[in-house]
Amino acid sequence: MSNLSSSWSVTEPSRLSKWVAGVVVVLYTFITLLPLVWIISTGFKSGQDSISYPPKVVFEPSLEGYVNLFTTRTRVAAEEFQKLPPAETWYDQIVRDQGMVIAGPSRFGERFMNSVIIGFGSTALSILLGTLAAYAFSRFKVPLKDDLLFFILSTRMMPPIAVAIPIYLMYRELGLSDTHLGMILLYTAVNISLAVWLLKGFIDEIPREYEEAALIDGYTRFQAFRKVVLPQAATGIASTAIFCLIFAWNEYAFAVLLTSGNAQTAPPFIPTIIGVGGQDWPAVAAGATLFLLPVMIFTILLRKHLLRGITFGAVRK
Amino acid sequence: MAEIVIRNLRKDFGAFTAVKGSSFTIRDGEFFMLLGPSGCGKTTTLRMIAGLELPTSGEILIDGEDVSMRPASQRDIAMVFQMFALYPHMNVRKNIAYPLVSQGVPKAEVRRKVAEVAKILRIDHLLDKGVGGLSGGDRQRVALGRAIVRNPKAFMMDEPLGALDAEFREIMAEELRALHDRMHATTVYVTHDQLEAMQMGDKIVVMNHGVVEQFGTPQDIYDHPATLFVADFIGSPAMNFLRFEGQAPAGAGTITLGDHAQPLPRLQEPAAGALVLGVRPEHVALSDTAPLKGRIEAVEYLGTTQIVTLSTPFGMVKARTPSTLPARVGDLTGLALNAPRLSLFDATTGRAFRTAANAGVHHG
Repeated sequence: MSNLSSSWSVTEPSRLSKWVAGVVVVLYTFITLLPLVWIISTGFKSGQDSISYPPKVVFEPSLEGYVNLFTTRTRVAAEEFQKLPPAETWYDQIVRDQGMVIAGPSRFGERFMNSVIIGFGSTALSILLGTLAAYAFSRFKVPLKDDLLFFILSTRMMPPIAVAIPIYLMYRELGLSDTHLGMILLYTAVNISLAVWLLKGFIDEIPREYEEAALIDGYTRFQAFRKVVLPQAATGIASTAIFCLIFAWNEYAFAVLLTSGNAQTAPPFIPTIIGVGGQDWPAVAAGATLFLLPVMIFTILLRKHLLRGITFGAVRK
Repeated sequence: MAEIVIRNLRKDFGAFTAVKGSSFTIRDGEFFMLLGPSGCGKTTTLRMIAGLELPTSGEILIDGEDVSMRPASQRDIAMVFQMFALYPHMNVRKNIAYPLVSQGVPKAEVRRKVAEVAKILRIDHLLDKGVGGLSGGDRQRVALGRAIVRNPKAFMMDEPLGALDAEFREIMAEELRALHDRMHATTVYVTHDQLEAMQMGDKIVVMNHGVVEQFGTPQDIYDHPATLFVADFIGSPAMNFLRFEGQAPAGAGTITLGDHAQPLPRLQEPAAGALVLGVRPEHVALSDTAPLKGRIEAVEYLGTTQIVTLSTPFGMVKARTPSTLPARVGDLTGLALNAPRLSLFDATTGRAFRTAANAGVHHG
């Protein structure tokens, strides 16, 4: 009887469909993760191993790529090279092994910091403005509310790069080209519509009674917003922040166009590492690997907010 | 504690008028019910008193002070919401303490007051729990605790029992009333449940379509409804309406109902045209000698009493009689109406005529 009912269950998937689903998921995961695994492993290869054919899956790990990423190096004549004192540090040694000496630090650290400042700065600004705007749209009578919301959304209806030339000219006039502020404002402008729409949805879900209770308990509207609405919107704010950061962090086209010397972010810089000879794939892979980390860490840190339904049970629906 | 006076209060939402010129007075320490069907404006009225909505016109006086346009935070009022609205990110203790924190009460004092309130409400063992896992009744107690902890001028309650299961409802209704009797706090309570209103209220305002239909004690409202709406809304089964054409001058003690003179409380104004005679089911007795005749259509047994439905020339009439009284479907019998407890309404305006019985009753 139990056998019969389980084999004919309406809600339980059959054994076969579970198997098929499992295989599909494993295949998909493999295909998605393969490039990532390849980049990370290439970062630990030597220059020779990185371009060997057939490609090496098993290799002797080396930090050459990471050392090259953070340094600039010069070749010295063979007789001079012999006269040098022994290498002082492990990274000196790695460079010597390539027949070169360290000339100085590279600009990767600086570019990486630019990415951090611009990425997190624009995310913070998008969240700040987006939360306030979303709260207003959700709670107050705003004249032409629907039109305004549509207008805000309409900025997403074309690819942002379509307005690259006007923005380039405008930024040149305003002195915003190649500045951190300029890039923060630009990425905020692109992200704000996403932030407003996502956050409005989350705030709409928070019953008004909470704020009303706080208002009656003697708090001002802003205190009620800060102490009662914000903690409950944390889930929405966290996921919106992740989306905003991913866009600003990965953006390439505007960064190439608008930044060069001062505010250049990591994405346009990493391809230039490959250098004139076009051989230094481990350094490029090392840069890409380091570039992946902040978004990954940020997402993992906010994961508990994404998963936790903190309003569960407090209001009876 | 405080007296609340409402004068010509009106609220428009665009073209829709939610409350049309209400006026009533809530005396100090009264348990005051705002009763009416959904959409009648009772909740809007409560929210205006609390300061969550601003009136379009009219005045709200708390202790003689006009607070109509003041924000909620400056009215010193507490509110219990139907959905409780406990802050989900705080535990029970913090929820109850929250109104005190806004006033900058010292920490030791907050702790003492929270403990005191928790003890009154018998939730002291729950103080450090989150609000998510509480039962409906306990959540309601926490919401009450948050309201009473700072001794506000008045309490607003928006259907506070509406979200509870039937068993909790009974218990909480008793607890609420007991709490009120202990604290004597002016309380404004919104409900659509007429039984709840009768059971708990000192005074009731009955609202319909944004208009105050009647304002008075539960007994006055039940015995002497001011309008057909109130007569129909209050009581279960509702008041019986016998519709007929007739006329009677001021001072008359009877009215012609079909072929006989029906005694009723002495009229203080003339009545004529389409009329409605209102009688509660418990004021209808079955008596073969009564001139008004009817045929028994149905009998509902309710334990000690039974509801007998009869068809008469003036419409269906329900009588509440002792269940020991024999009543068989199909039988023809007479209906004796208890004259001093009758109401006479104007069928077109729905208004009750003034009689010796309802003269002292406050009409909307």
